Amino acid sequence: MIPFSYTRATSPEEAQGLAALDGHRLLGGGTNLVDLMRKGVEHPTTLVDVTALSADISETAQGGLRIGAATRNTALAAHPLVRMRYPVLSRAILAGASAQIRNMATVAGNILQRSRCAYFNDPAGSRCNKRIPGSGCDAREGFNRYHAILGGSDACISAHPSDMCVALVALDAQVHLLGLAGARTVPLAEFYRLPGETPQIETVMALGEIITAIELPPLPVAARSAYRKVRDRASYAFALVSVATCARVEDGVLTELRLAFGGIAPKPWRALRAEQALLGGPVTRDAVFAAMDLELAEAEPLAGNAFKLELARRTAFAVLADLTGETA
Amino acid sequence: MAISVNGTDIPIPDDPRVSLLDLLRERAHLTGTKVGCNQGACGACTVLLDGERVLSCLTLAVQADGRAVTTIEGLGDGQTLHPMQQAFIDHDGFQCGYCTPGQICAAVAMLRELQDGVPSYVTAELAGPGAVTAEEIRERMSGNLCRCGAHNGIVEAILQVAKEQAT
Repeated sequence: MIPFSYTRATSPEEAQGLAALDGHRLLGGGTNLVDLMRKGVEHPTTLVDVTALSADISETAQGGLRIGAATRNTALAAHPLVRMRYPVLSRAILAGASAQIRNMATVAGNILQRSRCAYFNDPAGSRCNKRIPGSGCDAREGFNRYHAILGGSDACISAHPSDMCVALVALDAQVHLLGLAGARTVPLAEFYRLPGETPQIETVMALGEIITAIELPPLPVAARSAYRKVRDRASYAFALVSVATCARVEDGVLTELRLAFGGIAPKPWRALRAEQALLGGPVTRDAVFAAMDLELAEAEPLAGNAFKLELARRTAFAVLADLTGETA
Repeated sequence: MAISVNGTDIPIPDDPRVSLLDLLRERAHLTGTKVGCNQGACGACTVLLDGERVLSCLTLAVQADGRAVTTIEGLGDGQTLHPMQQAFIDHDGFQCGYCTPGQICAAVAMLRELQDGVPSYVTAELAGPGAVTAEEIRERMSGNLCRCGAHNGIVEAILQVAKEQAT
């Protein structure tokens, strides 16, 4: 690890000012950033520890929840209001990483975690356009079992690794940002950029902007929600495919539906096309598979991850059937 | 500017690159905490930070300033083993022993999390209290790998301690 200096921010304004400086990176739980520095992927000159900033979870005037950026993942998953009103969020967080890592990791750090692509994480031996723009991508012709089938580009097919964020996009979470130009709010669904020709640019955050909080809107349908994760071992592994959903069935038809996927795209993937196709109809295998075919129409599967097309269809049906009690 | 390690103050290192793991082993000379993968994948370096289990390999020592760390050396009193240590012996919860300090620290904190009502991915009712079952223990201990394959003994050891605590 190259030498760096360390400082602690005591206010969002101080953290924002420091974040705008060259070579400065914010440090939360360190579960990703410290590892990347040790591997030589990240080389900050100064770490700004932001774990002393807000870790409050409070109800908003609208009846939603505001979650401080420094909230630990365990604290969010275990919060009584999250468990009661947004169970999909608790389940998604608990599906990720290990208990030790969830105790350390912050909410903003989870959102801003970087790719787990083996080639991105291997500066000594691999080409990666996200790490060194223009250097090439070794994943496309290499080991791409964990990579994206939707939303990727010739430059990058890395999949976003977060479980928590899949639930957050299903819940229409908003990201509160603070920058040189002041505060603004961006929906998490619009927060990430697809890689295109610039996979090194991952979000819409401007230079010097920081995340101060996440906000969940009031969402009664979320009380009936579920998260299912398919992975190579029963626990402590990244998703091959994961599904977050909230659904309401009345008189045998879906009257409300949120559907989002992890493990298949460079960002947590809100499946709006599938939602539209399914609304107003029953939860049947045929209906879910047809809706998923619409969602996956532009998929570009590769040798190592083509199985995700069928896995995504089946997992979507399984979790929806389980949640709504429909079995047709 | 110090970290309380098993009740003894250890000064914060000048170099922020020093991990909590390296501080414990190289400066406090507490070599019970083990270096496994050194990248957050194996759990061998698990210690308790203000009572919560964390990975000392991914914790910068400077981040632990003013906080209390408990390692495997601090669980017993020097004469008597902690009940979790004794249970690992009783149930053959190890073979080579390399992952054991991390396993035991993780197990002690895990039972506390269960008592505090922290749910897991396999908890059936999110709103209700978690049950102490083998399935729950396996899920909650998945961050600690054992290449010898002593997991069945580890689960039995933890079940024994949970039973003792409940009576």
